[in-house]
Amino acid sequence: MKVALFIPCYVDQLYPHVGMATVRVLEKLGVEIVYPEEQTCCGQPMANAGFADDAAPLARKFLEVFGRFEHVVCPSGSCTSMVRNHYDPYLAGAPGFEALKQGTFELCEFITDVLKVARIPGRYPLKVGLHQSCHGLRELRLGSASELLVPRYSKVASLLSSLEGIELVPLARPDECCGFGGTFAVAEEAVSCMMGRDRIADHVKAGAEVVTGTDVSCLMHMDGLARRAGERVRFRHVAEILAEAMA
Amino acid sequence: MIGHAERAARFAADDARAHWHDQALWWVRAKRDKAASAVPDWERLRGLASAIKAHTQSRLADYLEEFERNATAAGARVHWARDAEEHNAIVHRILADRGATRLVKSKSMLTEECHLNPYLEARGIEVVDTDLGERIVQLAHEPPSHIVLPAIHRKKEEIGELFHHKLGTAAGLSDPKVLTEAARGHLRERFMRAQAGLTGVNFAVAETGHVVVCTNEGNADMGTSLPPIHIACMGVEKLVPRLADLAVFLRLLARSATGQPTTTYTTHFLGPLRGGELHIVVVDNGRSRLLADETFRRALHCIRCGACMNTCPVFRRSGGYSYAYTIPGPIGSVLAPSVDPRAHASLPFASSLCGSCDDVCPVRIPLHDQLLARRRDAARAGLLSSGKRLGMRLAGMVLRSGFLYLLASRLGKLLGRALPRRILYGRWNVWGRQRELPPLPRESFRDLYRQHRSERRG
Repeated sequence: MKVALFIPCYVDQLYPHVGMATVRVLEKLGVEIVYPEEQTCCGQPMANAGFADDAAPLARKFLEVFGRFEHVVCPSGSCTSMVRNHYDPYLAGAPGFEALKQGTFELCEFITDVLKVARIPGRYPLKVGLHQSCHGLRELRLGSASELLVPRYSKVASLLSSLEGIELVPLARPDECCGFGGTFAVAEEAVSCMMGRDRIADHVKAGAEVVTGTDVSCLMHMDGLARRAGERVRFRHVAEILAEAMA
Repeated sequence: MIGHAERAARFAADDARAHWHDQALWWVRAKRDKAASAVPDWERLRGLASAIKAHTQSRLADYLEEFERNATAAGARVHWARDAEEHNAIVHRILADRGATRLVKSKSMLTEECHLNPYLEARGIEVVDTDLGERIVQLAHEPPSHIVLPAIHRKKEEIGELFHHKLGTAAGLSDPKVLTEAARGHLRERFMRAQAGLTGVNFAVAETGHVVVCTNEGNADMGTSLPPIHIACMGVEKLVPRLADLAVFLRLLARSATGQPTTTYTTHFLGPLRGGELHIVVVDNGRSRLLADETFRRALHCIRCGACMNTCPVFRRSGGYSYAYTIPGPIGSVLAPSVDPRAHASLPFASSLCGSCDDVCPVRIPLHDQLLARRRDAARAGLLSSGKRLGMRLAGMVLRSGFLYLLASRLGKLLGRALPRRILYGRWNVWGRQRELPPLPRESFRDLYRQHRSERRG
């Protein structure tokens, strides 16, 4: 299978190794990758800050770049959700848009839902806290949100727990927001940082050595707080864990 | 202008208090989860409630007329108020015409929205809030900080102090049971002397013409059975078509609000007491404008359970007053801009858009999408700072152009590595006040990927 890789702008610039881990995981799973170099950003920062008119050209550019691929895969739940759930006001009715929406996947859901891979061969003998990033959880439904009275599932947790030796630690608040929230992290700095510290404390108390998630943005926020506070816990994107385990 | 962020920062600056507030509300959220999980088909029930609301609103005028007909036939008097001013004037006229100067009030967010208390007090009427939490904030000359738990921002020691000064209880009391007893004694006196009682309305049923009031303290029942006059104030959105529909909402309300299977008292008022009067004041106050707005219409579904506040990680850490609006939290941030978009422009940004409010809402209001839509409206109306606007314009320009994107990336990395920490973490860097910046790698993904490609080919 051939997929186009969508590497969000901040991953391209700040966390290139997360992008490379995504490449290695997909290649190990037998997927052929195309990386269109014209891509930049999906426009979510502008859209979420209210500047829809500045997001619109980026949405159109995204369709131009990725519209010709059957599958687009992205190591970010939030950016994937931007395409799937928030592009309608910009692109409704545009040729190829519906197919693009249906064909754009977050990495873990692509592995479980499209590749139909349930077990990842590999070993990761550490205690891991799973941070369920909100947009992946509640907009993409990568797992069941704790508010909903539905059967419990988590696509990310089940992929991770298929690794040998891994221990997913139980959290007191399994899916509370870390407080990143895009521009919220700066516009509401005080509350954002308090939320982040509380999330870290929950993971640390549960004994996590590594905290993982589907979005580097949330991890970047928590990692920044943890490093400032001298916490020992490390932050790794789920692609990094999978890649390392499969290596 | 001071907005939510500044007020929230002030609340969060007292770390211990903010965490205590967070824990108290999280405890309510956990109780809600437990109560909701005891109902089979909870999610279907939410869907049903949402559908009933949508249906009712699609023919609201008809149902309101049906309600008025049936309520009048049962002996109630129905009054119509276009806005807060008319509402307050109607309530005042009812009291003034009958020479009533002592009013006991049960909880009602609508009268808070209309600022009824100061209106009546300015006209010589003694108004006593009888819900314990409401009474506490009234004695402290504060508005409620939460719609279901009005005094949740106050610790029991502070309430003991307040009661010591206002009610003459012993100094240093903090036992909630003892304080509640003191309030009860004080309120009983007020109930006995009251000439009229006012309540809010949780639901009104068109088919029967009756109104329903849900409380946990029985104070609404005291206030409506002792004095001969009962004034019930309701927003137009409180209506449900049939008695059968009521059952859906009564199963959702208390469970969502406090995690109780049902409120301790659920009182149905059909017509007045023998020899008494029942006045029902039906208020619009901007609701029909909201109803006409396709994007925000579903915010009118709200049954004021407060679940979105309890689950909101921002509300829990910033307190109800940080919203500076009668209804705080996610639903308040959606409603407030329809009243005054400029004054409340910061509220839609008081959210990390985590979406927890959507999933907890018993009537399925798409709250975080509506917050996003409010942000868009605020930007289009030019209500956001010019700095933000310029920044986003610039970022958009850079990200649209492949060349500028690469240029900015090189420049950023060069600067990031060259600047001394003192400048990199200067006052301008809001991110860096409490957080380290992310690492600045030498190469971007596209660089690494090119190498990877050529290695594989090679």
